[in-house]
Amino acid sequence: MGQLFKKRANAIAKLVIFGGVGLVATVSVALYALARSDFWTEVDVPIEQPVPFSHQHHVGGLGIDCRYCHTSVEQSPFAGVPPTETCMTCHSQVWKDAPVLQPVRDSLQTGKPIKWTRVHDLPDYVYFDHSIHVNKGIGCESCHGRVDRMPLTAKAQPLYMRWCLDCHRQPQNFLRPTNEVVDMDYKAPVNQRAFGQELIAKNHVHTAGLTDCYTCHR
Amino acid sequence: MNAQLEEPVVAPGYDNASVTKKITDVVLTRPVHRGWLAGLAVAFALLMMMNFAIGWLLLKGVGIWGVNVPVAWGFAITNFVWWIGIGHAGTFISAILLLLHQDWRTSINRFAEAMTLFAVACAGLFPLLHLGRPWVFYWLLPYPDTMGMWPQWRSALVWDVFAVGTYLTVSIIFWYVGLLPDVATMRDRAASKRVQMIYGILALGWRGSARHWKRFHIVYLLLAGLATPLVLSVHSVVSMDFAIAIVPGWHSTIFPPYFVAGAIFSGFAMVLTLAIPIRKFYHLEDFITIRHLENCAKIMLATGLMVAHGYITEGFMAWYSDDKFEIYLTLNRMFGPYAPAYWLLIFCNVGVNQLLWFKKIRTNPAVLFVIALFIQVGMWTERYVIVITSLHRDFLPSAWGIFHGTRWDWMTLIGSLGLFASLFFLFLRLLPAISISEMRDLVHKKSESAR
Repeated sequence: MGQLFKKRANAIAKLVIFGGVGLVATVSVALYALARSDFWTEVDVPIEQPVPFSHQHHVGGLGIDCRYCHTSVEQSPFAGVPPTETCMTCHSQVWKDAPVLQPVRDSLQTGKPIKWTRVHDLPDYVYFDHSIHVNKGIGCESCHGRVDRMPLTAKAQPLYMRWCLDCHRQPQNFLRPTNEVVDMDYKAPVNQRAFGQELIAKNHVHTAGLTDCYTCHR
Repeated sequence: MNAQLEEPVVAPGYDNASVTKKITDVVLTRPVHRGWLAGLAVAFALLMMMNFAIGWLLLKGVGIWGVNVPVAWGFAITNFVWWIGIGHAGTFISAILLLLHQDWRTSINRFAEAMTLFAVACAGLFPLLHLGRPWVFYWLLPYPDTMGMWPQWRSALVWDVFAVGTYLTVSIIFWYVGLLPDVATMRDRAASKRVQMIYGILALGWRGSARHWKRFHIVYLLLAGLATPLVLSVHSVVSMDFAIAIVPGWHSTIFPPYFVAGAIFSGFAMVLTLAIPIRKFYHLEDFITIRHLENCAKIMLATGLMVAHGYITEGFMAWYSDDKFEIYLTLNRMFGPYAPAYWLLIFCNVGVNQLLWFKKIRTNPAVLFVIALFIQVGMWTERYVIVITSLHRDFLPSAWGIFHGTRWDWMTLIGSLGLFASLFFLFLRLLPAISISEMRDLVHKKSESAR
């Protein structure tokens, strides 16, 4: 029997072996990177809105408190999206004829709320409550980033479960005094870990249950 | 020695050439046999039925199976334990009997290993489908996920993933390494260039040089050593799925050895179920002799007695523990709503098995075939009884319930037989079902010792 394979079959065999290992490794690394990329998580990617609302202008420029519009953040799971009337407290006086605000005026006239697009949309199987986080000393900025520097609003965090757990496992790294919660420019002290431990005790953070499945999946 | 008194492990009068021809002819003969085609068609039809049942399951969810509280495990876990148990005989034959220098393993190890692989494939399906969301099965693996979660090591499900995954990996490698010299033989004997190329690629450049053989024997022996503990560990882990629970009838230290014995018991029954028709239809009686069948029967008798001992111990421990839940469970098994299943398993595994004490029966292929079928039914029923009776009435009478498999349960179970049979039919037709190289070795040794 003659030779079944030509000499180049050796090279092909090696290519298949090493190429196969390389392919699996490359695809794994690529998937790992993709899942964490802004392209996939849409971090820092502004979402289109009916009115190009600028947090930078309202929070950073004018210094309006978060709670002026997001009124229920301290009492309820939902921070609250302001009704058109809240916009009109100012915009009935200033920029009252600006074309960009036409949808706001239409909304007031017809009584139909503006359809804002959610930027932070958690899956339905996640139970999340704003009030408990705010009242125990998690700053708005810790999750939502520097909204005072966002001309158009975008996610600042991927909202992955790993990211939730980073804090739920070690809340002392992120807690701040409750009166500093809405501060966009808060600087954590150098002894944050020890300070955080004090805040855990002071604010009665029940760390034992923070990573139970049913804390967030009810 | 009394070698003359025993049936031979290979009929006399064979040499290297005739052994090779006889085994490779099963694969290389054209055209395909009508009986083979008919068998594959039936098996494939059953496989399609399972695919249909699985499709409906994925659409509707596990609710279409009869499972609900209190019986949440049902057929899926019964089938899983049954199939994974069947696989064990293959590894037992190929690894443990190799290390013990049992030359009668030679002509049955190849197809027994194939049986292991296909049984594990069937077994693996059931826990995956039982997950409810099988498409996220990879959550069971430790990988750098975005959830910050690690598999729950206190969960028996995760142990199963590792036990079965290890078992499948080692079994595939062991089987394939053993195949190398044989696919090289197939390559050399194939008529057409295309077939030669296919077997040539599979043979990974095997030339049969002395260096190849030396390395081959080292690797094969090492793999046998690696596979040996798996015979005991895999089904022990499966048994711990039950034993870690506090449910009456499960929470018992006897489970690992009792399950391993049951696994080898049902596995050898499957070996006989496959060997007896194969030797008949392909006229391999000279290679798979009465001696093989008798030895398998003896192992079945021994492991069957161990299993029977397990049943007795379970009853004794229930009485000895003086635990009213254990006592109730035992009585409920024997006389409760599932009593017919319990007595069926006792009849098959303890009653029918006793026939194997008689040499006349052990050497009669037709009777052995029927007994093997009884034992497989018995072993499936045993797992059914373990899963169902413990769950359906545990500590809280207000949560008692009755479970019956739905038509989807039965379609999936019977369909998995179709999957197994389809794979096995293809294996018979595509690869040498008996190890050619080891048979040549055996023939050589026998003629040496006869001289």
